Amino acid sequence: MKARPASAQGHGRFWVGLLPWVWMLFFFVLPFALIVNVSLSTPDLAVPPYVSPFAGAAVDGAPAFRPDPASYARLGGELAALGTLAADRPYLAAYANSLLLAALTTLCCLVLGYPFAYRLARAPEAMRNLLLMLVMLPFWTSFLLRVYAWMGLLDSSETGLINQVLLGLGLVAEPLPLLYNTGAVLVGMVYSYLPFMVLPLYANLVKLDQRLPEAARDLGARPATVFLRITLPLSSRGIVAGSMLVFIPAVGEFVIPDLLGGGSVMTIGRSIWDDFGPNQDWPMAAAVAVLMVAMLIAPIVLLQRHGRGAGRGE
Amino acid sequence: MNGGGWGGRMWVVGVYAFLYVPILCLIVFSFTAGEITTRFDGFSLRWYAALARDAELHAAVLLSLRVGALAATAAVVVGTAAGVILVRAGPYPGSRFFVGMMSAPMVMPEVVVGLSLVLLFTHPALAVLGGRGVAAIWVAHTTLCAAYVAVLVASRLREMDRALEEAALDLGCPPLKVFFVITVPVIAPALAAGWLLAFTLSMDDFVLAAMLSDPGSTTLPVLVFARLHHGLKPEINALATVIVVVVSIAVLLANRLLLAPPRASAPAVARGG
Repeated sequence: MKARPASAQGHGRFWVGLLPWVWMLFFFVLPFALIVNVSLSTPDLAVPPYVSPFAGAAVDGAPAFRPDPASYARLGGELAALGTLAADRPYLAAYANSLLLAALTTLCCLVLGYPFAYRLARAPEAMRNLLLMLVMLPFWTSFLLRVYAWMGLLDSSETGLINQVLLGLGLVAEPLPLLYNTGAVLVGMVYSYLPFMVLPLYANLVKLDQRLPEAARDLGARPATVFLRITLPLSSRGIVAGSMLVFIPAVGEFVIPDLLGGGSVMTIGRSIWDDFGPNQDWPMAAAVAVLMVAMLIAPIVLLQRHGRGAGRGE
Repeated sequence: MNGGGWGGRMWVVGVYAFLYVPILCLIVFSFTAGEITTRFDGFSLRWYAALARDAELHAAVLLSLRVGALAATAAVVVGTAAGVILVRAGPYPGSRFFVGMMSAPMVMPEVVVGLSLVLLFTHPALAVLGGRGVAAIWVAHTTLCAAYVAVLVASRLREMDRALEEAALDLGCPPLKVFFVITVPVIAPALAAGWLLAFTLSMDDFVLAAMLSDPGSTTLPVLVFARLHHGLKPEINALATVIVVVVSIAVLLANRLLLAPPRASAPAVARGG
């Protein structure tokens, strides 16, 4: 019998690793480098609509690199004009809206989801899987159509579902303008992202050692104290993981602000979409994207450091 | 202690209502006889009939099914290889980078991933890729879904008893055969769950598909989004109802078949958070 040399296995692993390495480098890392490159390009009426900073004449054999910082300058200019009145700052407004919306969404999901996940984790074991599956089920059905459902519920005319109920009960005399504003976007975001919060919280709370809060109660701690000093700190990993899993995609969300916000709610996602699509200003779209990713690095690191073991089913 | 008694119970009921009432509304109004999507003007199946006649929609569904199946299959191949490397390869130069690179697509906002891939597929030096279109959407979905598959496969591999593989290796079985005869059957539930998850993500994706589509590659979400912008009709409710029914049956079946030994983590893993 021949013992298999370790190097043969190492060899095999090299070939196994080659596929995901090459795939991800070519289809994820390289495209990202292209975003950075295009963000330093000049818009142009061409296909594709930009002139790369590497397009200039070569100097001494090496391609010349002439970055065009105009896109970043525009973002910086808006920031510099922050104190002045009546200045048009569409990009700054988009960033502010997105961050605010994402933060509010995260907060609402946490407030709504924490007691829910806590209760689920304490449900009889036989029921837990079913209850959890019921959280997942809407999530598996079409995302677009779930947002569409809210277009009907929030519709601002008298045929809007919530308005029909309010009018029917005589609570309001005229239909409320519920759709196409920040509130509508917030409701849609909380609705869509709630499972992202509930699942890591549940995974964390279900593992929480019940003897610890019990011991605190036995020693005479009040329920609020038990929660604040024992349960909450023990579930902090779940809270961080859930919050980041909601916050990060929420910052870049495009569909919900577009469908429920109408023309009124500009976000980073919509700004990138507009510059990429109708405006054909790809360098600007790329610069806005680069800046957004830079802002998301801290939350992503937080998710990977503290959320490990609670998020993404890990 | 059961989490606040009645208050806690009402909270749970309230959250489930929040999750399900919008979907129930969609279903109810799919049976309306009128043209308005939020008023019930008598029972009728006319919008289902409209759905059955809608050739444009059928083409989009077929394309989505095709892209979904191809992307899921490719994602399982790439993601499984990545999962094996994540768990089995010891620290090597770049291994931490690999972990980050494999998980980044799951958290990166879709508009950024979409934009980056558009720049790749439209790059003048890479015309060989064929520009935007079905192949580009397939690549985008494979990249996104491979990350999810890698997580599923990696967590299954971590639980796996390595003695099984080592015994086969000691008996002289070549590593590749060990992988297909021993490892694959053990991680099969993760592969199946990964395929289904990838298929669902691909079927449901709008942003990547919209940015990477050309006129000949309208997937179902791209078509639905366009229609949501051009006037609402109860036909969309009928479509939603069909999707909800199909997905519910599929999820129930998958839960029965794949996750048979119920593990607390299994449903959480199934959609990857």
